Amino acid sequence: MSKETTYLEAIRQALFEEMRRDNTVFVIGEDIAQFGGAFKVTKGLLAEFGADRVIDAPIAESAIVAAAIGAAMCGMRPVVEMQFADFVTNAYNMLVSNAAKAHYRWSQPVPMVVRCPSGGGIHGGPFHSTNPEGIFFHIPGLKLVCPSTPSDARGLLKSAIRDNNPVLFFEHKFLYRRAKEVLTEDDGAVPLGLAKIVRAGTDLTIVTYGSTVPMSLEAAEKLAQEDYEVEVIDLRTVLPWDRQTVLDSVKRTSRALVIHEDTRTGGIGAEIAATISELCFEYLDAPVGRVASHDTPVPFAPPLEEFFMPSAAKIEIELRRVLNF
Amino acid sequence: MIISSLDKPLARNLYDQILRTYLFEENLHLLYRKGELMGGLYTGSGNEGVAVASTIMLIEGDVIAPSHRGIGAHFVRGETFRGMMLQLMAKAEGGTKGRDNAAHQGSMKRGILGMISHLAVMPANAMGCALAHKIKKNGNVALGFIGEGSTSLGDFHETLNMAAVLKLPFVMIIENNQWAYSTSTKYQYACKQLSDRALGYGIPGFTIDGTDAELVYQTVNEAVVRARAGQGPTLIEAVTMRLRGHSAADMAEYVPKEVLEEWKEKLPHKLYRDKLMARGWWSEQEDQALVAKISTEIDEAVAYAKNAADPEPWSGLDGVYAD
Repeated sequence: MSKETTYLEAIRQALFEEMRRDNTVFVIGEDIAQFGGAFKVTKGLLAEFGADRVIDAPIAESAIVAAAIGAAMCGMRPVVEMQFADFVTNAYNMLVSNAAKAHYRWSQPVPMVVRCPSGGGIHGGPFHSTNPEGIFFHIPGLKLVCPSTPSDARGLLKSAIRDNNPVLFFEHKFLYRRAKEVLTEDDGAVPLGLAKIVRAGTDLTIVTYGSTVPMSLEAAEKLAQEDYEVEVIDLRTVLPWDRQTVLDSVKRTSRALVIHEDTRTGGIGAEIAATISELCFEYLDAPVGRVASHDTPVPFAPPLEEFFMPSAAKIEIELRRVLNF
Repeated sequence: MIISSLDKPLARNLYDQILRTYLFEENLHLLYRKGELMGGLYTGSGNEGVAVASTIMLIEGDVIAPSHRGIGAHFVRGETFRGMMLQLMAKAEGGTKGRDNAAHQGSMKRGILGMISHLAVMPANAMGCALAHKIKKNGNVALGFIGEGSTSLGDFHETLNMAAVLKLPFVMIIENNQWAYSTSTKYQYACKQLSDRALGYGIPGFTIDGTDAELVYQTVNEAVVRARAGQGPTLIEAVTMRLRGHSAADMAEYVPKEVLEEWKEKLPHKLYRDKLMARGWWSEQEDQALVAKISTEIDEAVAYAKNAADPEPWSGLDGVYAD
């Protein structure tokens, strides 16, 4: 039997494979070269590719992203590592005012990826646990990717690196060493912008991404014992999101529950729920439900954090409510 | 720093470019008053020596991030009067197809980054181009321009620090025109001169008279030569005076009149013309002929741009993403 690969190793594998395939790909970030990164994602890259392409930068997220933007405009394909997704706020202006608008304003592609280790459940507190994808969801010109499995992590990162737009790649820290899978031997690239139905069902559609995909599958299995068949859609790319797959599914199941680990108000789920309500209203047998984190910063203490975040049990409760509406 | 003098053809070319920038911008103010330009107008009267003289030595592959007051740099790198006018008049044929204002068009073919209004972002962006040059080992350089006002932002610091640490082929040029909208230097920084900050980054720093085009050329050229040779970045502060308001709508009554009068005597093209004439490299006749030629070019560009098509309303929906 082939060896299982973790989500973290799959990301590393994608970096190795893309850097071997294309010598314009380089990585830059804090502590990523000699040290191999805070999570060891970039371990081994320096030895193979050298200091020109594996660059330790000063602790300056704005300048790091700026460096990537400039290099991308000069024909390189930079991959930035944010040490934690939380620190991408330091580079907000670079991404939003410059990278996201360059192609619209002056037809200049910006082929770059910013890898953001994100998410909670690891007791990291308010500054090492956030899911900042919602902040960037409102920005035309950015692409946002949130893989939930090792094969998607590898395949989506490859496509993100090959894409000619700025891509924020949110890799979930909770999944880093917990999600495991046997990867295929082929290139394995997964196209951006396509959702995946990870569990087929007829009674309700869950629309989710990232860490809440495994939780949703767990809750769906639980309800399967009671003969409810819940469909689970993993968006994979959250901007631009795959409306077609979502709307087609909801038209079949007539019920929808939108789930993410990011906080609730103004989140990605709000836009998805609104779109479903707008375009599938006559198909719906119940109002669209939502499960998300509470509207607070991510708290530190385990009981607080557990209460704050979605879980399989909370999803199960909400599933029952929407199914029995 | 070793000061080498310019040869005659280069000196004449430098003057030509400064003069055409000056005349073009003067014309913009006429158009503005006639209501023929969209939105605000931000020009670099008094600054034109810096934009032109610090870019005229660059070669193919070099990249610059010019400021909105540095349209002379666009001309040096191949933008035409017609192209600039189409952009400023928000026409479909303009560099941003009417999507952005001022001289915000960019072109990597010309090595010009499309400016955004957050000024401190632009040299940071250019620093990234310098990183690409270093990785590719292509001998190219990148120049970032910034006003003295934007040196107060964190990106100024992050950029110089990273450029110094990674020893990038980068030059940061501060166009210190002494006014950031209505804020004078006294309320902007407390150090004696901005090049003093270079010490903190471990790089060379120079403060020079930005109205002396030849001095600007020589100082920047030395920095460019150093950068190409892998000796890292340089910080240059070129001191000028903003001779008009922040925008054409700003009467700038907050600037003391006597200061403006004093600096009006130091228009870069006038100073440089006198210098070239004293050397016997330029004549009154040549000057009149050049002014006439440039004026004709400007008139042609204006006539073309005025009649060019506006963007179709729906054309603004495409191009958010690259293919």
